Amino acid sequence: MLVLLPLLVPLTTALACVLAAPSPRLQLALSWAGALALLGCAVALLVQVETGGTARLALGNWPPPFGIEFAADRLSAAMVLVAALMGAAALGFQAAAAESAHGALLPLVHGLLAGACGALLTADLFNLYVWFELMLICALGLLVRGGTARTLEATLKYFALNMVGTLLLLAAVALLYGATGHLNFGALGAAARQMDAAALSPFVALLVLAVLMKAGAFPLYAWLPAAYHTLPAPLLALFAALLTKVGVYALLRLLGDVFAGSPALLYQALGWIAVLTMVSGVLGAAYHWDMRRILAFHIVSQIGYMLLGIALASPAGSAGAMFYMWHNMVVKGALILIAAMVFRLAGHYDLRRVGGLYAARPWLATLFLIAAFAQVGIPPLSGFWGKLLLVRESFAQGEALWGAVALGVGALTLYSMAKIWLEAFWKPHPDPAWQPPRARLAPAYAVTATLAALALGVGVYPEPFIAFAGDAAQALGGGR
Amino acid sequence: MIWVFAIVMGVAVAAGTYLALSRDLFRMVVGLSVIGAALNLLLFAAGRLDSTAPPIIRAGEQVLAHAANPLPQALALTAIVIGFALLCFSLVLVVRLMRATGTDDARALRAAEPPSGEGVKPPLEDI
Repeated sequence: MLVLLPLLVPLTTALACVLAAPSPRLQLALSWAGALALLGCAVALLVQVETGGTARLALGNWPPPFGIEFAADRLSAAMVLVAALMGAAALGFQAAAAESAHGALLPLVHGLLAGACGALLTADLFNLYVWFELMLICALGLLVRGGTARTLEATLKYFALNMVGTLLLLAAVALLYGATGHLNFGALGAAARQMDAAALSPFVALLVLAVLMKAGAFPLYAWLPAAYHTLPAPLLALFAALLTKVGVYALLRLLGDVFAGSPALLYQALGWIAVLTMVSGVLGAAYHWDMRRILAFHIVSQIGYMLLGIALASPAGSAGAMFYMWHNMVVKGALILIAAMVFRLAGHYDLRRVGGLYAARPWLATLFLIAAFAQVGIPPLSGFWGKLLLVRESFAQGEALWGAVALGVGALTLYSMAKIWLEAFWKPHPDPAWQPPRARLAPAYAVTATLAALALGVGVYPEPFIAFAGDAAQALGGGR
Repeated sequence: MIWVFAIVMGVAVAAGTYLALSRDLFRMVVGLSVIGAALNLLLFAAGRLDSTAPPIIRAGEQVLAHAANPLPQALALTAIVIGFALLCFSLVLVVRLMRATGTDDARALRAAEPPSGEGVKPPLEDI
């Protein structure tokens, strides 16, 4: 039953928020109760999985190969926890937002969380498609808020390209069902091991292509920088933490667990896709001067590291991908929220029009440094250990070029972060008469400080987290 | 029967792809939806097409013998609902976008893109 709670809580909250729309105060209270309850359920689920092993639930008492099954292993449970944490962080930051809440905002945020938790917990291929669709429709609703030409246009681009991914996903699900007769992950994996790999791998490749599109991998990421920068910052942080990462999770589940014995060519191709994703994302970020655009391109670039871990197709590689994903969901969210605080204080997202924040707000500068160095991967912060795991495994497998590119992209990431540091914090504000406005930023400080403390804490004491990721990776099919 | 299905699916996917590649926004969304309809057929065909008998176990029997596969029907129904919701959303979106920008040409949509500039830095935006 606990397996289903992280799904039922946000769904119920979303419905309750719709009903409470006439009263914004009640809606906000319900939304907070739902977010905290989700966090509690996620912690309880993780504890149960850690002590009692994989938790399973077959809906309607249909035994696994026939009915829809939900299952939470260490990977799923930890992903749900980080997703719930980032949901609460985005809502907490939203409390500091200048704009008054829009009636549909909170239901859609909880719907997005429900879709993410559903995709993370399901053990059924078609069900995975359904949860991806729930996330897509909620994301579209959040993108289109405001209804200006700019947001409408971004929504259309997001819709059209994601729809192609959705259609590919549906086609792959149908073909795999036709070929194996199964949709359940366990049964699919067993059937795939029985069958000729050459007969099944075109369908698996189609599935991987569809999920790569959802994850924002090279060259299928065009929807991401076309749309993300129009979002308000708390939502951008939530999107960065949930949407693409659920795509990466699905890829890890499929290639690392269900279809773990796929032909080596598939993993080899994924490795090159990962390298190109890293490089093209970081170069896109290097060009831009708008903080939202810079960070949107960095989302793409960081996806490449996670894909690299999956492409290495070993327990150590999967563990690296997981550790990096959890680290990145937190750190990327923190960076985006800090960019939003820069915007509130200095008045613009474009780096050429802001400045002087190191003198005016030294603590904000400290938080930014922690988050930026964590993203670049400088010890003793969480990103260092994630990159260490991935690069060490690349070299151990003889993929020296992949590892070298991962290190080089780290240097280019440092360039982008240094650009934000120099322009927004170090240089004086371009307007000599500028004074930081009296903005109500206490909730925003609390949220970003918590996230930065997490990055610092995991970085200083990484041992249990690395061991947990290792255990989670051993439990996947890749560990056989 | 399966050949008729295959040909219909192929024609629908081809027509949908042709429409989806159009610069006319309206054709593009309708095209995506046509591909979706073709894939619903694929989903349906994935569960065999050999029987039309309803999947009900008759009184006194234990096994379901030679009946239609009910699972693809449920899958196709779910996919139809999702596809319909997305089609409705996208049609309203296109209408709103055409009203806001006064154009239905995908190439003219530049409001959310960085303005094109010659230098090494992108030009300043107002937003």
